[in-house]
Amino acid sequence: MSWIENRFEDNVIITSLDWAINWARESSIWPMTFGIACCAIEMMATGAARWDLDRFGAGAFRATPRQADLMIVAGTVTYKMADRIRRLYNQMPEPKWVIAMGACTIGGGPYFKHGYHVVKGVDLVVPVDVYIPGCPPRPESLIEGILRLRDMIRHQTVARPPETPQPAAASA
Amino acid sequence: MAPEEILKILQEQFPEDVTEVVTEGHHPLAVVKPQRWHDVALFLRDDERLRFEWLRCISGVDHLEEKQLTAVYDLHAMQRPDTADGIWTVRNEIAIRVNTDRDNPHIPSVADVWAAANWHEREAYDLLGILFDGHPNLTRILCCEDWEGHPLRKDYEQPLEFHGIPAVTEYAQSRPQH
Repeated sequence: MSWIENRFEDNVIITSLDWAINWARESSIWPMTFGIACCAIEMMATGAARWDLDRFGAGAFRATPRQADLMIVAGTVTYKMADRIRRLYNQMPEPKWVIAMGACTIGGGPYFKHGYHVVKGVDLVVPVDVYIPGCPPRPESLIEGILRLRDMIRHQTVARPPETPQPAAASA
Repeated sequence: MAPEEILKILQEQFPEDVTEVVTEGHHPLAVVKPQRWHDVALFLRDDERLRFEWLRCISGVDHLEEKQLTAVYDLHAMQRPDTADGIWTVRNEIAIRVNTDRDNPHIPSVADVWAAANWHEREAYDLLGILFDGHPNLTRILCCEDWEGHPLRKDYEQPLEFHGIPAVTEYAQSRPQH
């Protein structure tokens, strides 16, 4: 939506448009099929019948980053994988979000001290929107994280941010 | 066959190269000189009495104090069942330990004797730096191709950053030495 973003002041048309865009975005957050370690088991359980991520429109796991809106980094990120994660993130189209799921992804987890090849937090590699603690987090936690992400999306706007008053230029 | 008998056969065949046998405990093993390890491996696999056809695991050990690197090979000999619906059982079980100098760690590869050794030796090379002579593709298997050092050596220092990602926090840097 870059053709409209930051072009208009906040007004009634823009807020209505915001409502429609955000409703569409938050109702169909398609995650990428991307599980790195054991947290992916909980992510699969979340997508399956018992917890049924499709209730929130986020159950359509896409097999390519080019169709995905959300990257759930579910598992330990190694340095070997970090390059791949960065590349996959760059291949995702805007708008895109990242959920850091589990202790390893947030800050290295149990591998923080002696894990010689574990990235100490995936936010050193890609920007993270929602952190979900747990080892691994239960499916309820992942659903809660996705609901928090929906809250974030709901408060986005395409309007131009209010201009901060600049100091008056010194008259010549 | 009892492990004592297996080790006796091995000692009779290679009196010079089997330097030590351990029969006590639950892990009976023979210590073999690295120079003749490939011949010993072929004998263990092909001898009619032994038939160690399954290399189950290769464990690499770093003995920092003795300045040695060790590869421990766990071997199984499988017993074919008598009936078609029977199950395979383990007939014989033995371990071989090969010691090598820590500063110049060379062990002959047995990847042509047991195909399972291929990836195990790559892992031992990756994490401990044991050089397996004659291996078809001795490259890193777990770490990045451009990783520096061998992480499971006891004097390994963690990198400060890797590919632009800060690797070690202040807390992890102050870890106690092994």
